[in-house]
Amino acid sequence: MAEKKKGLNLNRVDMPRQDPKERIKNFNEVALGYTEEMAVAEAERCLLCKKPLCVQGCPAEVKIPEFIALIRERKFIEAARKIKETNALPAVCGRVCPQEEQCEEMCVLNKKGAPIAIGRLERFVADYEAKMGAVEKPEIAPKSGKKVAVIGSGPGGLTVAADCAIMGHEVVVFEALHKPGGVLVYGIPEFRLPKVIVEREVEYIKSLGVKFECDVVVGRTVTIDDLMEKEGFDAVFIGVGAGAPIFMGIPGETLKGVYSANEFLTRNNLMKAYLFPEYDTPIKVGKKVAVVGGGNVAMDAVRTALRLGAEEAHIVYRRTRKEMPARAEEIENAEEEGVIFNFLINPVEIIGDENGWVKGLKCIRMELGEPDESGRRRPVPIPGSEFIMDVDTVIMAIGTRANPVIQRTTPDLEVNKWGYIVADEETCKTSKKGVFAGGDIIRGAATVILAVGDGKKAARAIDHYLRTGEW
Amino acid sequence: MFKIVEKKDWHPTICEMWVEAPRVARKHRPGQFVIIRIHEKGERIPLTVVDKKPEEGLIRIIFQKVGKTTWELGTFKPGDYIADVVGPLGQPTHIEKFGTVVGVGGGVGIAPLYPILKGMKEAGNRLITILGARSKDLLILEDEVRAISEEVIVTTDDGSYGKKGLVTDALKELIESGEKIDQVVAIGPGIMMKFVVKTLEPYKIPCIVSLNAMMLDGTGMCGVCRITVGDEVKFVCVDGPEFDGYKVNFDELMSRLTVYREEEQQALERFKNAHPEIFAGVE
Ligand SMILES: Cc1cc2nc3c(=O)[nH]c(=O)nc-3n(C[C@H](O)[C@H](O)[C@H](O)COP(=O)(O)OP(=O)(O)OC[C@H]3O[C@@H](n4cnc5c(N)ncnc54)[C@H](O)[C@@H]3O)c2cc1C
Ligand SMILES: Cc1cc2nc3c(=O)[nH]c(=O)nc-3n(C[C@H](O)[C@H](O)[C@H](O)COP(=O)(O)OP(=O)(O)OC[C@H]3O[C@@H](n4cnc5c(N)ncnc54)[C@H](O)[C@@H]3O)c2cc1C
Ligand code: SF4
Ligand code: SF4
Ligand code: FES
Repeated sequence: MAEKKKGLNLNRVDMPRQDPKERIKNFNEVALGYTEEMAVAEAERCLLCKKPLCVQGCPAEVKIPEFIALIRERKFIEAARKIKETNALPAVCGRVCPQEEQCEEMCVLNKKGAPIAIGRLERFVADYEAKMGAVEKPEIAPKSGKKVAVIGSGPGGLTVAADCAIMGHEVVVFEALHKPGGVLVYGIPEFRLPKVIVEREVEYIKSLGVKFECDVVVGRTVTIDDLMEKEGFDAVFIGVGAGAPIFMGIPGETLKGVYSANEFLTRNNLMKAYLFPEYDTPIKVGKKVAVVGGGNVAMDAVRTALRLGAEEAHIVYRRTRKEMPARAEEIENAEEEGVIFNFLINPVEIIGDENGWVKGLKCIRMELGEPDESGRRRPVPIPGSEFIMDVDTVIMAIGTRANPVIQRTTPDLEVNKWGYIVADEETCKTSKKGVFAGGDIIRGAATVILAVGDGKKAARAIDHYLRTGEW
Repeated sequence: MFKIVEKKDWHPTICEMWVEAPRVARKHRPGQFVIIRIHEKGERIPLTVVDKKPEEGLIRIIFQKVGKTTWELGTFKPGDYIADVVGPLGQPTHIEKFGTVVGVGGGVGIAPLYPILKGMKEAGNRLITILGARSKDLLILEDEVRAISEEVIVTTDDGSYGKKGLVTDALKELIESGEKIDQVVAIGPGIMMKFVVKTLEPYKIPCIVSLNAMMLDGTGMCGVCRITVGDEVKFVCVDGPEFDGYKVNFDELMSRLTVYREEEQQALERFKNAHPEIFAGVE
């Protein structure tokens, strides 16, 4: 080992994946994960920096060099526990974090183009721990006698629930859908994040004493005031995500064959429509599918469409590949699978046939103009460049916004002009005493790890509030 | 899990159940509905809460067996459990004292109509109700509707009970008899609601309709329930289910309900083949 320190090893260990020709015929996970040998080999490359830059790139402050050092010693289970000291969902984050923009981007070896594959290592040890049946329950603090309601069971809510339970509070999670997990179960497809992994995390959180009540839409089935005044909850965490779909507002969006990405993915992931008729929920995908958008959601939708049998699956994006917000790895996967990318075009109308089904997507060509507030060059339509794409299914994946149901029924909760809940960055405190919020509902559609990070902060602040009464 | 405590068959194709759903029973207001999923492999379907007993934590649902899910639910017995019942969803009906309110219910549309009429009655309105069914044995809730209405007019397509004809015929007659109508509430198949509005148009009588759009989550998350109302696209599950009938694009509503026609038929056929006994003697 000593010798290796001299020269840098820039050979990132690849992670095996299912063959593209095979994988577009199934919903099994695409990435197959490292073997023990691969994990150790990749861990050997790490410089175990004294001042690790990688950690600065991780919103959950995962102790990266420490866990990697444990992998080198083949102490895989200990490595998993080291990660869990700051991140409750390593099997999930190791799979879906945009590592190339976070921990791996900051890694010193990134300057040489070969950052340590931190995400792959994280995923490996988390899976190893689970496979060995070695998931350990942390010590739970003595009962505080306080009750915490967590609304929404996405990564933010799950983190708050786990942490508050460990701190000795009684926790009930209220979830609107029939299954806990948030976007992890209804949005992100099986081939990227197998649902058994989410179920495993939920079971673990249950084992900490957390209760789950599904089929409860807070704001309708019960209000926050009811929970606090009638049901004895001392604190509430709102982690309801930003789940309302956005449509473009162009003609033809109510035609048959037009989906929001949320609908398309929910049918498939939560309701298992790909197993119809064994499962009762149907889904329809035509021969030629256009997915509008360039983010992770668009990639998930277009790759799902391929797996459901679409002959042509297009991405329609108004900027260029460089501006696409989706993870690099997922864009590559989509390309390998045969997705056709159409850049610098924007839909202006969906065209229907005499029976109300989609038969074409009218688009206009764009060019990049001056940079906008976000620093990205703004796409501007080229007059007269309209043309019609021959498609029979259109999936809108252009973003989501806040669902107003809680805000409408909790008048003393401050929201910003976009409808997101206003919360303190450090403590997740809202304008209402005893109520905290985090994840997508305070920041707009973001990432799993940011929701986890908010959950961590909120749990600490909730604990402090419950023990001191200070607001 | 939500326990079925009572069941009644109005007809081989129409079924009523009282289900334990205490949170829903406590919060429900007229016009609201639930989404149910009958078992682990089930789909999510919307059904109106027809009535409730908050003290006992019970809600009442009435459904017509039209496809795989409703036929299968029809085989559930008291003591069985429905996997999921979530609600109450949707905006409650805007109830106020209008004066004379005419309720128009077609088929199982009478089920969602009844709680609204009850609310209207409690608010001090005078009620006249027109109930339509294909034939006498498919007519539901007649006694309960009679108990709150000043006058009830029944129409059947085949003339087996009440007047032979459509609800719109009876409505037109009522208007032409000089009755002063302040508000109409019409619930039934899309085509019925469309023609009720057409009938009222010359007289400019306001009309609320409740839309039976396709739904998935019922919370505003998927958008499958979207319908053009006026010049806006609305989500029926959160903005509705009730809208100003004059503004609804009924053709679009009916068209969107056919998206999964083929798959629905396939699912029902498969279920029929697996359980022929359930369908024995039903046309
Ligand atoms: C298709 C897709 C792919 C994505 N891919 C990635 C990725 O690769 N990497 C990444 O980091 N991020 C990804 N994201 C984003 C990421 O999933 C979200 O940022 C993250 O899940 C937000 O977590 P959250 O805790 O705020 O809530 P969510 O995960 O949004 O969960 C909120 C939960 O609250 C429930 N809820 C809502 N309203 C109520 C109510 N009134 N009462 C009770 N419950 C309610 C919802 O049903 C839901 O279960 C993706 C998102 C989508 C949609
Ligand atoms: C807010 C709301 C409240 C409702 N309340 C009730 C109620 O109280 N009682 C009740 O019986 N039904 C009600 N419905 C309709 C009910 O949801 C559908 O009948 C049910 O989803 C059919 O499911 P299925 O799987 O059995 O049939 P499917 O297999 O889905 O459909 C079989 C056939 O019925 C037609 N169909 C499907 N959905 C509907 C629909 N929404 N309306 C009319 N025809 C449809 C299809 O086109 C198809 O021909 C309500 C709908 C909404 C949106
Ligand atoms: S949680 Fe995400 S950002 Fe943090 S180390 Fe793991 S993969 Fe990197
Ligand atoms: S992952 Fe990169 S930055 Fe972090 S300790 Fe290893 S070499 Fe250093
Ligand atoms: S049913 Fe999904 S938004 Fe209305």
